[in-house]
Amino acid sequence: MAIVLETLFKILFMFLLIMGMVPALIWAERKGAAFIQDRTGPNRASIAGIRLAGLVHPIADVLKLVFKEDVNPADRHHALYNLAPWLVMTVAMSTYAVIPFGDWLTVGGQRIPLVVADLNVGLLYVLAVASLGTYGVVMAGWAANNKFTFLGGIRSTAQMISYELSMGLALMGLVLVFASLRITDIVAGQGELLFGFLPKWGVVVQPVGFLLFIVAVFAETNRNPFDLPEGESEIVAGYHLEYSSLKFALFFMAEYCHMVVGAALIAAFYFGGYQIPWLPRPVLEANAGLLLTIKLAALVLFSAFIAVLFLRRVQRERGKFGDARDREPVLGMVFWAGLAALAAGGLLLRPWAVGPVGADLVATVFQVLAFVAKVVFFAWLFIWVRWTLPRFRYDQLMNLGWKVMLPLGVANLAVTAVVLALV
Amino acid sequence: MSFEGLPPGSASKKRSFLESIYVVEVARGLAVTMRHLVGNILRTDRMPTMQYPEEKRVYSDRFRGRHRLMKREDGSPSCVACQMCSTYCPADCITIVAAEHPDPAIEKYPASFDIDLLRCVYCGLCEEACPCDAIRMDTGIYEIAADSREAFVVGKEFLLNNTTDGTR
Repeated sequence: MAIVLETLFKILFMFLLIMGMVPALIWAERKGAAFIQDRTGPNRASIAGIRLAGLVHPIADVLKLVFKEDVNPADRHHALYNLAPWLVMTVAMSTYAVIPFGDWLTVGGQRIPLVVADLNVGLLYVLAVASLGTYGVVMAGWAANNKFTFLGGIRSTAQMISYELSMGLALMGLVLVFASLRITDIVAGQGELLFGFLPKWGVVVQPVGFLLFIVAVFAETNRNPFDLPEGESEIVAGYHLEYSSLKFALFFMAEYCHMVVGAALIAAFYFGGYQIPWLPRPVLEANAGLLLTIKLAALVLFSAFIAVLFLRRVQRERGKFGDARDREPVLGMVFWAGLAALAAGGLLLRPWAVGPVGADLVATVFQVLAFVAKVVFFAWLFIWVRWTLPRFRYDQLMNLGWKVMLPLGVANLAVTAVVLALV
Repeated sequence: MSFEGLPPGSASKKRSFLESIYVVEVARGLAVTMRHLVGNILRTDRMPTMQYPEEKRVYSDRFRGRHRLMKREDGSPSCVACQMCSTYCPADCITIVAAEHPDPAIEKYPASFDIDLLRCVYCGLCEEACPCDAIRMDTGIYEIAADSREAFVVGKEFLLNNTTDGTR
């Protein structure tokens, strides 16, 4: 019974992490794209006149999509058409089951490993589920009975076949290095040091494999520069062309879920997962009080700095609009000042004198935060790359996949094997 | 690979080894976009975007906006209903119904003077054609919107009350 309960809690944590990140990513995508292109981006939706720098827009988007008319093509394949968005969404969520987001959490003297399912073939599970994601896309493209959606589905298949290979080959190099298919083993192995000073992260021991993997992940998630399945310039909107309302929203959300999955995979395989470089678990626990104090002090300083920036804006922009929007900088200042006060209050609780039980908890929290920070960074990388690079032409995509990445993957695997045999 | 229509040399440019493995070039591209992002976050007020309904672009005095009819000293329209503007109008958007003026010194006056703002191409030829400077397009109004097609056909009273300060 206890194991069921704790698994449910872990699933809930992962679910909330993803579902909380999706609107934040949509916001980051729109606002980031705007700032990269020297625009201001979304800033019109508001709650009682407060716009929160466009953060209200994802809510408005979802409300709009939920209440929109659901227009369906007459000649669709009913069952598959309705199933496809749910399949895409489900598959996007299920990869998380094997990704560890922390070492362990001690509850009542028992160590609970922070991974939903610690499969001994976790890596194979990741590869299998990642290719299943394409199945929903193909299904959507075919069931909508439209030539453009069909072409989108076909493109997605061809792309998946081309990049799945290099993805698998890149990961095999990693498997050779860490000698395990279990993802928790791979992440734990990355906590060690190489030559005594370099963290043994996947990106350090497998740089070529990392490049291949990140490119393949971009292709698998259908993100720019590999978003040919929805190439607007040629096939209107690709596989989700005939979808509207809530079903379209599911595809849209699934794309961002895929991004978070991709980011989590990159973090877990090549950037040490929850590991903090040079701070393995025992060191973390031994210095938990010191680290917590530093963390809180840094939080106080950072929040106070942002609050001061907002204070300057309050002074500079007094009465700029003449309505509720003038209160936005005040709100920002209050929020950051409140955060600083909260962290300062935490400092008053004497965090440097934390006990052994507290030290264990602090270490776990630090590791989970490190994992989340890595995921957020790589999710941002997806957005950043999208607004930097143009989309590949289809022949370029195939050339890169088959003529560059596949031979490189094989060479990487061979070199890794030889080096490991010699060492 | 060569494509017709590209500028000479652009398709055949020889890439160096560093360029051909993309990684460095992609990193340089990412640096460019990050520079714009950070710069715009730090200096939001320098963003060229205009927050339109609150901020409005100021056009030059020569900008041709919505028309207005000029008035005589007594407030009646200066227009003598000579039909020059409606004859000259390339979009055929001006409809004038002439009537006899009670003052014998003035031959005619417009009983009605309608402009279909949807048809108007804002070329300004009506201003040039007018022999007595009765129609001008110097209001600076460019926000022309209505709920129905009929509402875009504006009459004499409307045009006489247009002002030049950009309001209505």
